[in-house]
Amino acid sequence: MNTRVTGQGRLIDRSETLTFQFNGETLHGHPGDTLASALLANGKMMVGRSFKYHRPRGIVASGPEEPNALLGLGRGPRFEPNQRATTTELFNGLESQSQNHWPSLEFDIGAVNAAVASVAPVFSAGFYYKTFMFPRAAWKHVYEPVIRNAAGLGKAPKDADIDSYEHFHVHVDVLVIGGGMAGIAAAKAAASSGAEVLLIEQTPHWGGRALADPVVIDGLSGPDWVTREIAALEAMPNVRLRTRCMGAGMYDHGYAMLYERVTDHCPGQVGMPRHRLWRVRAKQTIVASGAIERPLTFAMNDVPGVMLASAVRDYLALYGVAPGQSVVITANNDDAYRTALALHEAGVNVAAVVDTRPSAEGTLPTQTVSNGIQVYTSHGITKVEGKTKVEGVQIAPLEGASDSHKITCDLVAMSGGWSPIVHLYSHCGGKLRWEEESAMFRPAPDRGAPIGSDGQINTHCAGSANGHLIADACMADAVETGKAAAKAAGFKAKSVKAPPVDVAVEEPLQPHWFTPSKGKYAHGTKHWVDFQNDVTAADVRLAAQEGYESVEHTKRYTTLGMATDQGKLSNINGLALLAEKLGRPIPEVGTTTFRPPYTPISMGAITGRSSGHLFKAIRKTRMHPWHERNGADFEPVGDWYRPYCFRRQGEDRKAAVNREILNTRQNVGLLDASTLGKIAVKGPDAGKFLDLIYTNMMSTLKVGRCRYGLMCNENGFLFDDGVVVRVAEDEFLLHTTSGGADNVHGHLEEWLQTEWWDLKVFTANVTDQWAQVAVAGPKARAVIEAAGVEADISADALPFMSYIETVISGFPARLYRISFSGELSYEIATPANYGAALWQALLDAGADHGIMPYGTEALHVMRAEKGFIMIGDETDGTVTPHDLGLSWAVSKKKEDFIGKRALERADLTRSDRKQLVGLMTDNAREVIPDGAHAVVAITETPMRTIGHVTSTYFSPTLGHSIAMALIERGSERLGEELTFPLEGDRILKATICDPVFLDKEGARQNV
Amino acid sequence: MSDPQTVLNGELVERNRSARIEEMGPTGQITLRGDLSNAAVKKAVKGAVGVDVPTPLTATFNGAGGAVWMSQDEVLLLTEYDRIGAKITKLNKALDNHHVMVLDVSDARAVIRVTGAGARELMAKGAPLDVSDAAFPVGTARRTHFAEIAVGIWRREEEVWEIVCFQSYAQHLFSWLKASSVTGASVGYF
Repeated sequence: MNTRVTGQGRLIDRSETLTFQFNGETLHGHPGDTLASALLANGKMMVGRSFKYHRPRGIVASGPEEPNALLGLGRGPRFEPNQRATTTELFNGLESQSQNHWPSLEFDIGAVNAAVASVAPVFSAGFYYKTFMFPRAAWKHVYEPVIRNAAGLGKAPKDADIDSYEHFHVHVDVLVIGGGMAGIAAAKAAASSGAEVLLIEQTPHWGGRALADPVVIDGLSGPDWVTREIAALEAMPNVRLRTRCMGAGMYDHGYAMLYERVTDHCPGQVGMPRHRLWRVRAKQTIVASGAIERPLTFAMNDVPGVMLASAVRDYLALYGVAPGQSVVITANNDDAYRTALALHEAGVNVAAVVDTRPSAEGTLPTQTVSNGIQVYTSHGITKVEGKTKVEGVQIAPLEGASDSHKITCDLVAMSGGWSPIVHLYSHCGGKLRWEEESAMFRPAPDRGAPIGSDGQINTHCAGSANGHLIADACMADAVETGKAAAKAAGFKAKSVKAPPVDVAVEEPLQPHWFTPSKGKYAHGTKHWVDFQNDVTAADVRLAAQEGYESVEHTKRYTTLGMATDQGKLSNINGLALLAEKLGRPIPEVGTTTFRPPYTPISMGAITGRSSGHLFKAIRKTRMHPWHERNGADFEPVGDWYRPYCFRRQGEDRKAAVNREILNTRQNVGLLDASTLGKIAVKGPDAGKFLDLIYTNMMSTLKVGRCRYGLMCNENGFLFDDGVVVRVAEDEFLLHTTSGGADNVHGHLEEWLQTEWWDLKVFTANVTDQWAQVAVAGPKARAVIEAAGVEADISADALPFMSYIETVISGFPARLYRISFSGELSYEIATPANYGAALWQALLDAGADHGIMPYGTEALHVMRAEKGFIMIGDETDGTVTPHDLGLSWAVSKKKEDFIGKRALERADLTRSDRKQLVGLMTDNAREVIPDGAHAVVAITETPMRTIGHVTSTYFSPTLGHSIAMALIERGSERLGEELTFPLEGDRILKATICDPVFLDKEGARQNV
Repeated sequence: MSDPQTVLNGELVERNRSARIEEMGPTGQITLRGDLSNAAVKKAVKGAVGVDVPTPLTATFNGAGGAVWMSQDEVLLLTEYDRIGAKITKLNKALDNHHVMVLDVSDARAVIRVTGAGARELMAKGAPLDVSDAAFPVGTARRTHFAEIAVGIWRREEEVWEIVCFQSYAQHLFSWLKASSVTGASVGYF
């Protein structure tokens, strides 16, 4: 069936035909069509099933407010559910499927809900809460699976998205959101001042309602005026225009988020992002987002073929589609008569206009009557007839629903008046006021307006978004707002005058929130308020009856306005019904909160480029390519990727780790330690500063020597550790944990800048300047000597905890004799641009000594064998140095250091704190799960825990499972056997021992 | 001893791109922290890299020499990689009695140059900066976040922009620039 009419369809190009698919059927449309207009042109009025009751639903609107026509688009990696047909541009090859039905759109098993609901109000307000309370198990096993299968909108995509997305940042003087009459006029007025203006429009076309509704501006028709003004704006160097770009969210201080749909209308373009998220900083923002028409609430107002009156005009004027052949219009205002006149002029039969007002004598109604169209006043529709399509309406006087008669028709166009789109204005704090005479919420800056960082108002609504629904007032408001915004942005607007606008005068509307019916329809169980979430007038009234007074509570109880359209059509009607039932005025009931985004935006747009290999910024050392080539099994450490171990042919992780440890203990191992944080601290007060930063004394360190140090926060809790090197009299190098360098650097700068600005100290994060390699094991010295070192590195010349600058294998090197493994060990730092070469040189030099690289797990096990703590394992932000047996590193002499006072508090000095202990499992092979809790007795209920495991490994060196734990009064419990209840009723026993498992006297490293 | 090799080894892309993106290879970089208003500091900077201490949020260049304002008390000096040792010695000598920090950070940061008509747009994709001519004329410098990492950005010439980042992040930054500069992805805004 083709419903195109001739002489209409401003946006479509009939010379070209496009082919698309709907539920597998091949259909045709034209360039310029939306998917909705093309479906209507093919007679497809019913496009989906509703959310709860699976009722047949059709296209209602022509824009982003569409509640019903949500389709699945595309396929495979380009499949996307819940796309509004009204905002989807048609292209050749478009594939679409309707949603929420099984097995087919026409015959749906879920519609049984609807049948049941006609007898008993299944799924009425609060149904879930009321029904599924008892028995508890029934929810999980009976109700939930059934409802999950029956409910829900589109299906989630199964394949990864293959499109790309990106962000774009711009700063403008004036941002104008909305490219209708008001937006265009406001932008031009603002731009006349020279201000940088960005004007955006969510559809592909400029003009908004000026394209469809009769208006004469400056002597030109609406479309001609739009064409002229856009050309003028395009010629201005300070104006930028963007279509297919929607204002999605408005935030504090002029920050706006725009959503540009770059290739939705032509998918698969090489290199082009599908969507682009604009992040705009505007000095001034004008919201010219227009208004949305409200449905009327009458029985069976959801039958496919009941549409908004303005949408019917749009389909006719813009796309040349007459969605029906015989139309009944029902309204409470004059504007809807434009639809009657437009249809009549296009040759479509207007069966009647059913006006709820007692009289309709304005220009437009009079014109309608003079065209021979039957107008009923004080009448309403008591019922729409038809199931999957409109077959007629029963109308009756509002005061006598039983006195009804049928009018045959296939389309109902309804209008309950208009609501300004105040969403964006409200996102950033704009307040509203209910205006009784026009029955709408409109911006009320006097009650609170969005402000910039200077405290001045920075966002203004213009035109119909500001409540000026009639074209002449709309134009005047837009021009004034444009000029005012330019002025507020610091520019001087030219004395632009609003062009003359010739438009029909309208009589006021009369609010009408519920059309009475009779019989089973009398209670409003078929008067739909929220089409997308299947909420009826009866649901809203039930909520009020059950004590829900707040609109926010009613919203959650009934799900009114909670669907993906955020109640664009239902909010006002819903809250008017609630107010009516509560017997309170609408402003007292208030409106729900508007939240970004204005309409759903893609997850891809939010993600931008941060997907796939760019998902997260990853730091790599200069040896990373070597690691990749040599079996490295990586793990993330902070932003770094570090080799966990290097797996050889046939090895699993465990075997590789054990091999690496034993080889390091027996021969020599090589560790990429480049990730270690390195911070330079220089100045005459550097020693004094570090004495304040570390818990132990650093100012006494001799040049060329190293000292292990602890940093506490001001609460006395340990947060980082590492070796400090005195490079020169006034210069230190601080080593931090791999993940902690940025935080520690920030910590140092904060204290220097905010508290100790009198200290002469500079710091710099030099982590990336150096590639660093640890050479550890009995043969470490031999390897470095084999590599060629200019300095004497014998035990006497370079003792433990000392440092020299030298040249190794020809590379400039800082050589530190420090050990985290307990072995004879050196760390060599070379400028990063030599890092990969030094690594290779050491591997070559160590080949005869059995050198093998080792990863972070071997590092962890070896440090645990030595009882060295690891920040993040043994510490969790509540652990002090004393708890860890590190009191030796907390100075008693220093007058002050960060955390000193806190460490003296009663809670941090009490004797029953948890203290670090070693654990040997009774079973040598069994490794305690990390985090396992030790309990006083498993017979207690509940069991009382006395601490938990912080590090736990199998030690290949000892051939025994070892662990460290924080245990209450741990230091007093040496030799005590602890009980660890595990999952599956298992119990594991371990005995408390010294946390230093290996070489307590340090003989291995002092050679 | 082998030659120093930067993290991206001078990688370059320009085909099918809106801009030419190139890692600059070994670049001499010195962090100088101190009192930038001090006459001796000013003189030492001029002597070392041939340009004046830049005013806040700017960068100045003279051939291979250059100075970028990093904060109230920090400038990044640019010079030839192989002359870095001599420059540092010279600076330290000139500022012997002053409280300053002079550090060789040549290997710490990667320098990526973005050249061409699409360069500015690429900056606007990555950073929340105002890169309009009015706000970001040639010689402007900013420290900001770009593609979720910390960077320094300056506009060296009309269509020549440079970004520095910690070298461990350079691969991420370069891959990001590559992906975002595909010809079809042009915004056409500026």
